[in-house]
Amino acid sequence: MDQSAVFLTIVGMTLVTYLPRLLPAWLLSKRSLPDAWRVWLAYVPISVVSAMLLPALVLREGAVDLGFSNLELWAAVPTILVGVLTRSLFATVLTGMLGLTLLRELPM
Amino acid sequence: MPMAFGYLPVGIAFGILALETGLSPLMAVLMSVMVLGAASQLVAVQLIALSADPVVIVATTFIVNLRHMLMSSAMSPHLRGWRWYEIAFFSYGLTDEAFALHAARFESGPLDKGEAIAVNATAHGSWVFGTVLGVIAGPVLVGIEVLALDYALSAMFIALLAMMVRTRLQFLVGLAAGLTACAAALAGLDYWNIVVATVLCATLGLGAEKWISRRSS
Repeated sequence: MDQSAVFLTIVGMTLVTYLPRLLPAWLLSKRSLPDAWRVWLAYVPISVVSAMLLPALVLREGAVDLGFSNLELWAAVPTILVGVLTRSLFATVLTGMLGLTLLRELPM
Repeated sequence: MPMAFGYLPVGIAFGILALETGLSPLMAVLMSVMVLGAASQLVAVQLIALSADPVVIVATTFIVNLRHMLMSSAMSPHLRGWRWYEIAFFSYGLTDEAFALHAARFESGPLDKGEAIAVNATAHGSWVFGTVLGVIAGPVLVGIEVLALDYALSAMFIALLAMMVRTRLQFLVGLAAGLTACAAALAGLDYWNIVVATVLCATLGLGAEKWISRRSS
């Protein structure tokens, strides 16, 4: 693909990424939503973050992998503990990265 | 800070990959400046490497990033009273990680406009900076992988969930969404799984809340 075609592709990608990010915020922030809608939207953050996280932890190459070789999954154990106990973003992220680094360095 | 940690290594990886695919350094950086979506950009360079049709690439990007429509909707009650250009600027940087940070924040009170915009700008800045680093110094930086920087995003999602989950019902809805996303991915709904799981499980949460309040009244 030559660079001008790449550029046009980027412009198209920008539009289809920006508009879904912009239009709901623009249109919905102007009016007060019915209660049911607000309850529904309040469940979106937890659902969407969990839906991004869990597949990253338990799926590997298109299959569920709960084995000990899935280090990303086991590194989540101390990470969740620290997250629940401290509720600190920094401490939790540090635990996750150090934990996984240690697991990867362990001779197994 | 953890967000910048998370974006830098992914940005570097994207920069390296984009050059290998044959994008010019300018186009690689431009894509990060304009599109600002890690997953969709990584998919896009893979598709460009396969010389896919631009229409296919744009359509795939749309599907991969459709979850932001839900995030934007969920943000909307917290953006009341913002000016249109403030919302326009804010929405531009509404990435997964920035959204997760806002969501954890507005659980504990109203959103601060300046801080919210600064979070999004930080996300954007570190993503572009990572891409520039990858494009310029990619081969030199490969050794940095010793520290598990690639885990920063997952660890951050864990931290944010720990902050957001307050009730048993919220926990159950989150668990259901995670499991549904896995099941949908296994069923072959590669890029749709997050959207499908979120819509289903937010509805589940609404239904459960209505059922509980009807039973107790």
